Amino acid sequence: MKMIMLGNEAVARGLYDAGVCFASSYPGTPSTEITAAIAKYEGVYCEWAPNEKVSLEAAWGASLGGRRAFSGMKHVGLNVAADPLFTMSYTGVNAGVVVAVADDPGMHSSQNEQDSRHYAVSSKVPMLEPSDSSECYLYTKYAYELSEEYDTPVLVRLCTRISHSQSVIDAGERVLPPIKPYEKNIGKNVMMPSTAVFRHPIVEERTQKLAALAEISPLNRIEWGGTDVGIICAGTSYCYVKEICGVDVSVLKLGIIYPMPDRMICEFASKVKKLIVVEELDPFIENHVKSLGIKCSGKDMLPICGEFTPNIVAKALGYPFAEGPEFDAALPVRPPVMCAGCSHRGVFYTLAKLGTTVFGDIGCYTLGAGAPHRSMDTSLCMGTSVSGLHGFMHAEGNEAAKNCVCVIGDSTFIHSGVTGLIDIAYNGGDSTVIILDNSTTGMTGHQENPSTGINIWGEPAGKIDLEALCRSLGIKRVRVTDPYDLAACETAIKEETAAKEPSVIIARRPCALLKKVKNNPPLFIDEDKCRGCMMCMKIGCPALTSAGKKIKLDATLCVGCEVCTQLCKFEAFKNNRAEADA
Amino acid sequence: MKTKNVMIVGVGGQGSLLASRLVSRLLMDEGFDVKVSEVHGMSQRGGSVVSYVRYGDKVYSPIIDRGGADMVVSFELLEAARWLNYLAPDGLMVTNTQRISPMPVITGAAAYPEDLVGQMKLAGARVEAFDALAAALEAGSSRAVNIAMIGRASTFFCPDDEKWQRAIDAVVPKQSLEINKRAFILGKKG
Repeated sequence: MKMIMLGNEAVARGLYDAGVCFASSYPGTPSTEITAAIAKYEGVYCEWAPNEKVSLEAAWGASLGGRRAFSGMKHVGLNVAADPLFTMSYTGVNAGVVVAVADDPGMHSSQNEQDSRHYAVSSKVPMLEPSDSSECYLYTKYAYELSEEYDTPVLVRLCTRISHSQSVIDAGERVLPPIKPYEKNIGKNVMMPSTAVFRHPIVEERTQKLAALAEISPLNRIEWGGTDVGIICAGTSYCYVKEICGVDVSVLKLGIIYPMPDRMICEFASKVKKLIVVEELDPFIENHVKSLGIKCSGKDMLPICGEFTPNIVAKALGYPFAEGPEFDAALPVRPPVMCAGCSHRGVFYTLAKLGTTVFGDIGCYTLGAGAPHRSMDTSLCMGTSVSGLHGFMHAEGNEAAKNCVCVIGDSTFIHSGVTGLIDIAYNGGDSTVIILDNSTTGMTGHQENPSTGINIWGEPAGKIDLEALCRSLGIKRVRVTDPYDLAACETAIKEETAAKEPSVIIARRPCALLKKVKNNPPLFIDEDKCRGCMMCMKIGCPALTSAGKKIKLDATLCVGCEVCTQLCKFEAFKNNRAEADA
Repeated sequence: MKTKNVMIVGVGGQGSLLASRLVSRLLMDEGFDVKVSEVHGMSQRGGSVVSYVRYGDKVYSPIIDRGGADMVVSFELLEAARWLNYLAPDGLMVTNTQRISPMPVITGAAAYPEDLVGQMKLAGARVEAFDALAAALEAGSSRAVNIAMIGRASTFFCPDDEKWQRAIDAVVPKQSLEINKRAFILGKKG
């Protein structure tokens, strides 16, 4: 049946049709929709796991339990899941395991631009790379055959433009493979020196066999055209090359990115006058081609940083490209901002006011680093706010660092902030941890998490009690505050940073965009009372703009959180029109 | 047929995802090969957003580059100017006249530029501007700006209203179906 779907949705359909019974992931742009989509199919157990390491380990367990299993993550998520991946390469699988990893060239929604293809080489796990939704579907299904035939987890590498582009697929039917009964096998499934030493040669042998398969697999194909130039490419780069060059050039398209088909590459290279590797990010294919003693171009022509566009590729390959009408006037930039009514705003306003040093983390609240608050000093990776603050406090000394806190969202805290808090509880220090609990995983599009008490299907589930969790670690000072209440926020931050022991402030208020949240009606401005002092503009609410000497309120955005009301000395903000007009 | 290139641009939260899904659904039903590239994640939070819609016999690239768009549909005026240089030489800019202030304007660090429609025309672009917010409000909700804009741009893709209504039925959530159908018609009238 023909359907149009996102690359991520096509991966999900591939999982469904391949008979996958278990999917466990942690949300991360651009990978999130795979797991969100598979959860909508009947007969697949699905879950949001606390982090990527847990999700991949759970998928391994499900595979041992005889069912095809899946784990999906963004590129930096694979860093977290790398530990199980490297040794799963040794144990192999029982039923098939596929790991989808989505890179983010151009960093649309990420903190770095790492190239996940290196993981395939270093973990010795085969990797496939589709170039559109149809291939997402087909390669995902095929990855399970590969996984079971070669006894290995299989990586499917995506990137933003594949994951988040819709194109047409021709979907089949779900076929459930027979369950593979669990069999105890210490030599294969208990990895310790005496067993792993026998598994490593098996892994090397497997890679040899997969390399032989890559030579004859239809996933690697040569599309002959003109032979003056031959281009090796994969994924999005293949799309740009085909779009720009048509049949002027010959193309070797790699669907199996690792291991590579060396003979096929040599043969292709021998038949073209000039060989170019077109690939986003690192010279991964290029370096391999050069290691075979073949001369080729690549990063000498194309950028290593950032996302490719058709014009970048056209320019590098010497093709003409258009430039649109030039617009002379300088335009104000439009960075992403905290939404109107965002429950993080009150905390960041207060931290900016107090001049606090803030160790930040990954989520919507990373926007606290932007104008007008600019109240974030660091952001590195998931969970680092807590552990980073701990190190900072010890280096600076508790007294010198007394106006320091960290901020971390509820989902990120569960992901890997709690281990940092354990470090603080165990090794001491006066750190103040602020958990920005908006009761959802916001930035990735409102996924549930272990602290919301609801599972991926919206059903009641186990609920982590954050206060009890922090106390159980030995943190005595745990308090909850409402981030809409600026005075309460300020008191809490002042008192907890002054305390001579570790403390946790839970700033709790569900995300104003959640469907279940009943927002207040929009506020009104009493124009006679507004003096245009611009105090309310310090909170950086997108619903407020300055119009001449007065403030204007956008009623389509305002959710009546009244944070602005608390800053107005002239009582210009009113809850209804009658009061405002009076 | 030569591949057609359309961009849908606006401010995160204005519903460009639903709009691009509506267009892609219609184009697939029309039998085209279609690719639509969307923006998810961080930029959705009030940032500048863009969807690329490409259709024809066989589409490779998921995105459109500067100078490549046959039409840009902009849900907000400043965003129209921002993406203007993506228009092909004979391309058409269809823009909402609604102004949404970005953070530098809100904080007073920058001013919202005046007469952007005039400036875009001066830069040599064909521009059609209309008040989609008014159309959406008349239809029953300010949130229907996206569908009003698609209504305005609809004849570029397909003149047949019935086919559009079927596509709207397929992609728009039931609770806002009637408002969006009205917004489409009002938007089309301009």
